[in-house]
Amino acid sequence: MVHGEAWTLKEFFVYPNEYIYWSIQIVMYPFMTGLVAGAFVLSSLYHVFGVKQLKDIARFSLVFSLALLPVAMMPLLLHLQQPQRGINVMMTPHFTSAIAAFGIVFTTYGMIVASEIWFVYRRFIVESVLELRAKDGRSPVESLRLLVYSVISMGAMDISEAALHKDERAVGILAGIGIPVACFLHGYAGFIFGSVKANALWMTPLMPVIFICSAVVSGIALCIATYIVTMEIRKLIFAWRSKNDPDLPSTEELKSAEIHVVTMTAKYLVMFMILAITLEMLDLIFRGYTAVKSWDIVRKVIYEKDFTKIFILQYGLGNVVPFILLLMPRLTIRRALLATLLVLMGVFMMRWNVVIGGQAFSASFAGFMEYKLPLWPDSLETFKEGLMGALTVIVTPFVLFYLVTRILPVFGVKDSH
Amino acid sequence: MMNRREFCKKTMIAVGGLVLPLAAFEVFDPSTLRAEKEGRGKTRWAFLVDTRKCVGCGFCVKACKVENEVPYDANVTRTWVERYVTTTDGKTYIDSPKGGRDGFTTMKIDQNLEGMHEIKAEEISRAFFVPKLCNQCDNPPCVQVCPVGATYQTEDGVVLVDRTWCIGCGYCIMGCPYSVRFFHPVYHVAEKCNFCYHRISKGMKTACVDACPFEARRIGNLKDPDDPVTKIIMTERVNVLKEEFGTKPQVFYLGLSKEVK
Repeated sequence: MVHGEAWTLKEFFVYPNEYIYWSIQIVMYPFMTGLVAGAFVLSSLYHVFGVKQLKDIARFSLVFSLALLPVAMMPLLLHLQQPQRGINVMMTPHFTSAIAAFGIVFTTYGMIVASEIWFVYRRFIVESVLELRAKDGRSPVESLRLLVYSVISMGAMDISEAALHKDERAVGILAGIGIPVACFLHGYAGFIFGSVKANALWMTPLMPVIFICSAVVSGIALCIATYIVTMEIRKLIFAWRSKNDPDLPSTEELKSAEIHVVTMTAKYLVMFMILAITLEMLDLIFRGYTAVKSWDIVRKVIYEKDFTKIFILQYGLGNVVPFILLLMPRLTIRRALLATLLVLMGVFMMRWNVVIGGQAFSASFAGFMEYKLPLWPDSLETFKEGLMGALTVIVTPFVLFYLVTRILPVFGVKDSH
Repeated sequence: MMNRREFCKKTMIAVGGLVLPLAAFEVFDPSTLRAEKEGRGKTRWAFLVDTRKCVGCGFCVKACKVENEVPYDANVTRTWVERYVTTTDGKTYIDSPKGGRDGFTTMKIDQNLEGMHEIKAEEISRAFFVPKLCNQCDNPPCVQVCPVGATYQTEDGVVLVDRTWCIGCGYCIMGCPYSVRFFHPVYHVAEKCNFCYHRISKGMKTACVDACPFEARRIGNLKDPDDPVTKIIMTERVNVLKEEFGTKPQVFYLGLSKEVK
């Protein structure tokens, strides 16, 4: 079986070698990098621009962006025909290719996120080391924790006022550098598509900008949604514990803090949503108005073949409905959760409509291709480039987030900042 | 004893030095300089397709598959033949079942999911065949987008793929406006027509040129003014496919019609 044949349906005239070569994992790739970039930008709003209301969610989204980072690479490896050679991109980067810069941009960004987290958590790490050291008769788990904290403290044990002040400045600088790098990381994912002159749907200089805006939208939405879920779980735990310990914050206190953070963050979400949708509409109108050679077939894909995916799922349920939900007065937690989940779905559909939609028509402009997502895998290929592969990619960041927060908790920490 | 600050500094320098890819340095190469001064080589391979001579027998596709070890029954091919049928009501129907490998033995047009479309003989206003292959572009987008440099252009203009270095990302497949590239079903790397480079570099013709009974396919050297193919390209009205992409294709067509995609 030829690669792509398992999930491609052809209609009318399609060149013999044409298949949907870029499938679900290439939809996941910009979706996941978008989440990373968006989460980071959200945390930077606090660290760089001093948006105090976002303090609580800032640390949360920073750690989440760390957990998402390795996952941004996963879909690419799952997609490559020769994943063991992926490292070649770092060994012989061919710089006329947009993909060649991936290794460099990605590593730079990873280092920025990791060092920013280190500075944010330095005080916590040092305090944990001191506390655990002072303890007599450590359990094996505590010994392990001491070891981990000692190693990640990297021996920098100074937590004097002056040292903490330096940390704070370092965080500011790193977050400042991080914003353009995060935008570059994702804008460049847009460039990978936007620069393919052979593809009529992809080729537009707006693509990188559209990608950045939707990235920020999805990142913020995911942070809000995850924040709400974690807070709900904490409320349950506190409610159960406070039966024995009346000093803990009450459920009401947590709830008011939660809705405050969510309302504030939702405002930024709406702002970026307006920006993203404006650009997407501009692109669509421009295509229809200029109506170049490819417009005939692109129009058929947009308004006929993919109508439900584009106008119902992406714009309707993914943009209009959450927009109304978020702008209606007296935002509730439940409404915010529903809206953010819809936004996430909308951004996912946008990635789908770009990546799969771009391959929904033949380069001959005389036929169509349809992507049948393999649901149940019957080979390694249909696992990797099917529903199961996509789900693996979706689940991983949450597992990583759980693991990271065992060492670097995101709630109730006195940070250096 | 090295203190921590110094250790960190030195580690950073060492790591920095290690990650600097060697490719970032351009090694001075005397042959490159000579080539730039004297112009590149004495050969520029080009192809000439005379669509008026093609009968759609598919011998070229068969020969290519066998010669280049592209699995015979796999639904991918380095070269293929398209059939165009224009009807009296102005519609155009195109097909290329199995890349035209087995010839066009039925009047019905293969519309894939839409099934076979039957056209009555009296409704046909025009019908012709167009063989397709890699255009060995002078400005190849596939070479531009390869992230690892596994696909490259030789001095005589042919674009090749290094099977040992290709990572299989598919960017070149996406970048080609002519859709001549695909993943090789056995080697799982990018695959394409290379004008039978192993043959032409030894003075032979390509497998498809040798297999064509009607001289619809010819290969020649553009830098040789006495080459019969070059003479035709220079003196007759030839055309290329999808010029608007700026790829500068080097497969020239005689008798190309506006319907051709």
